[in-house]
Amino acid sequence: MDLNHYLILSALLFAVGAVGVIVRRNVISILLCIEVMLNAVNLSFVAFSRYLDQVHGQIFVFFVMVVAAAEAAVGLALAIVLFRNRRTLNVDDADIMKW
Amino acid sequence: MTDFLWLIPLLPLAGSAINGLAGRRLSKSAISLVACGAAGLAFLAAAGVFYGLLALPPGERHIEQTYFTWIASGDFAAGAQFLLDPLSAVMLLVVTGVGFVIHIYSIGYMHAEDGYYRFFSYLNLFLFSMLVLVLAGNFLLMFVGWEGVGLCSYLLIGYYFDRTSACDAGKKAFIVNRIGDVGFVLGILLVFATFGELEFGRVFGAIAAAPARYPAETAGIGILSAVALLLFVGATGKSAQIPLYVWLPDAMEGPTPVSALIHAATMVTAGVYMVARCAPIFSRAPIAMEVVAVVGALTALFAATIGLAQRDIKRVLAYSTVSQLGYMFVGAGVGAFASGIFHLMTHAFFKALLFLGAGSVIHALGGEQDLTRMGGLRRHLPVTHGTMLAGALAICGIFPLAGFFSKDEILWSAWAHGHPWIWALGLTTAGLTAFYMFRLVFLAFYGGERFSEDTRRHLHESPRSMTLPLVVLGVLSVVGGFVGLPAWMGLGPSRFEHFLEPAFELALPAQAAEHSHGTEFAFAALSVAVAAAGIFLAHRLYVARPGRADEIAVRVRGLYTLLFHKYYVDEAYDRVFVRPLIRSSEDVLWRALDVRLIDGAVNGVGRMVQAQAHLLKNIQNGLARSYAAWILAGGAAVLLYLAFWRG
Amino acid sequence: MEALFFYLLGGTALVAAVAVVALRRVFYAAGALIVCLCAVAGLYLLLEAPFIAAVQVIVYAGAIMVLFLFVIMLLDPFSANVFPDKSRRLRVLAPLLMALALLALYAMLRTYRLGGAPGGGAASSFERLAETLFSEYLLPFEVTSVLILVAIIGAVVLAKRRT
Repeated sequence: MDLNHYLILSALLFAVGAVGVIVRRNVISILLCIEVMLNAVNLSFVAFSRYLDQVHGQIFVFFVMVVAAAEAAVGLALAIVLFRNRRTLNVDDADIMKW
Repeated sequence: MTDFLWLIPLLPLAGSAINGLAGRRLSKSAISLVACGAAGLAFLAAAGVFYGLLALPPGERHIEQTYFTWIASGDFAAGAQFLLDPLSAVMLLVVTGVGFVIHIYSIGYMHAEDGYYRFFSYLNLFLFSMLVLVLAGNFLLMFVGWEGVGLCSYLLIGYYFDRTSACDAGKKAFIVNRIGDVGFVLGILLVFATFGELEFGRVFGAIAAAPARYPAETAGIGILSAVALLLFVGATGKSAQIPLYVWLPDAMEGPTPVSALIHAATMVTAGVYMVARCAPIFSRAPIAMEVVAVVGALTALFAATIGLAQRDIKRVLAYSTVSQLGYMFVGAGVGAFASGIFHLMTHAFFKALLFLGAGSVIHALGGEQDLTRMGGLRRHLPVTHGTMLAGALAICGIFPLAGFFSKDEILWSAWAHGHPWIWALGLTTAGLTAFYMFRLVFLAFYGGERFSEDTRRHLHESPRSMTLPLVVLGVLSVVGGFVGLPAWMGLGPSRFEHFLEPAFELALPAQAAEHSHGTEFAFAALSVAVAAAGIFLAHRLYVARPGRADEIAVRVRGLYTLLFHKYYVDEAYDRVFVRPLIRSSEDVLWRALDVRLIDGAVNGVGRMVQAQAHLLKNIQNGLARSYAAWILAGGAAVLLYLAFWRG
Repeated sequence: MEALFFYLLGGTALVAAVAVVALRRVFYAAGALIVCLCAVAGLYLLLEAPFIAAVQVIVYAGAIMVLFLFVIMLLDPFSANVFPDKSRRLRVLAPLLMALALLALYAMLRTYRLGGAPGGGAASSFERLAETLFSEYLLPFEVTSVLILVAIIGAVVLAKRRT
């Protein structure tokens, strides 16, 4: 297996996640898809680290995970607030920032 | 004395400005004083200048004065340049003299009008423009005057602006003139293109100094003929010849003094003056001269026939003017430029007289202009009758009144310079002129009274301010011819012609066959006889046996209707030119081009912007998902760019 | 051998990811995500990064997903409501865009033939990881702790009931 295989897999995962972000309407689903994207990126980092014989990739993955955790926490808190105020989790309903 | 040349046009201009700007607040007498004063002083100045010219020996009677440079552009410079020579001097006297007389007349005629100040302001402005035209020393300045008189004509024809017919007539005059002006301007441009000059002196000098380069163009149409023909097109417009005469009868909508001054004595003669001024060009263009003479003769006859059947007194005089202008062009066209100018002068006298007299009649009858509703006025309007009779005799060419000398000279020149057919047309027209002129006189002043009882009570001879000018003009119509006594009378060559000689010295002399004085006398006698016959016939039909004319009219119903409706020329023009033009303006230019194309383009730009905005506004539709999509799209675009264009 | 595992784990991850996107109910989507995460952890192992794999399972699948599940439970987990879609054309556009991006990536990859033989596993040893983390990346390490603190405070403040 060479690097390209991993990169392509990573890209596919990323693409799937991105499509999910755009297509799904439930806020939490969107957050889930974001996680998919982040994972894809992590995968490619680790792959590079392995094939370029460096450790920096893995360290970066470390940090990405930390940030992902923080972001998931805050994002979910926002989802709760949204639900509390509007009784809906449809992201399309939060559209008062038009024009 | 000749230093004051510039005063002559400037005085009426000042008068016009004063009356135009401040006239509303001035009293009628003040307005009259300013206007007539300006005209009168201009006449005195013209007389002074004339005497100054006489004081010079004949060879030196050519003075040019440039006052300022009007246009200076590259190699070309045109100045405000006046030229004083015998020709312009004669015109000066005629314009200012007759103009002054008519100003006096207008005091009485227009006294009841609200726009009194406006009338006199325009009239003075007209004098200014005409004087500029006459004094101009180059084509450009002459054109300025040309346009100026056209403008004043429009303003004055439409003086009664609350009448649609008057406004239409004004527009018609201006537009038809404009058509002629196209030719005029093209002629001027051609002059400039050929000679690089617009000054009369230099252009004519160049022509005369290079006979090899500018020969008499007997073989066809060369540069000079082209110029001459184009200039003549302008003349047909301004001087109401075929085919552009149609505006003149309609111009009778203006007040009678206007008809007298502008459409009889001065403005319409501008074309004749212009041809005479350009004699060095015309005389070297035989084809153009032929055209001028033929058009003149045909117009003379044509207009005379229409005049036979008209009922409006002013219309008869209008067609008469067109006809007499034709005579002047005949004179110019056969090479007798001085004769044309001579007739211009005498015509100014008696035609102005006739118009003013008609005005007097109309004024007395409280506005009636229909000849069939007049009659027997000589008992009530003696002065008017007397002077109009004199004017009528003059126009018929009865010896020894002014018209005889001038008309006779033209007819004789036509014969002597080898145009027998034109002579024949002229002679026939003379007979017709006598007939319709005296038809007018008899219908108006003789016979039974055909007007209403109301009008009868109104009837009064005109005030002194109106009758005095009539008398003055009457005297001039009688003695005015004596300045040009022809050679066959045994008193030496014509002094008028001799005086004008220096003005035409650069023109090629016309080929005149040698004839004896006896032959000339015979021709003159023939003209008088024909005129007398016309008068006699008119007397038979309108005085001796009234009603006979109507019987004949019924018998030749078709011909009569044709003449009465002026050969339906106006209707023809309308059908052929005016309506298609209106239709194409409306349908093509307006609906298709302006609305669809231009508005469409402009609106289309707006619509495009709208459409774009319509598309672009979706970038900010408030949906978080679409924002995310745009972000990803941007990222994808960058990737693509890196992959395919930078990689 | 490696290839087999790669395709297996990779396929699982991909299918699970698609499931995350496609499943109607959020709860099931979260479950699919857990599967995906574990598959990716397996891939990390294949890439000789055991520490990262462990952290993935413990932190990501263990902690973050649990958080997700809690919140999902809190907020209407089994809703079968189909939310009305205000912008249907995004459903079409999105896959298109992604296909485009993938195409680009593929083109790039064809040009730059990266990779070759994997290097020795020495570089990714545990010790090396720790060493680099606490020397070269010390500052970011400390900063992330602040970041986490901020996140905690933020989440708590946001989610508190206003009484």
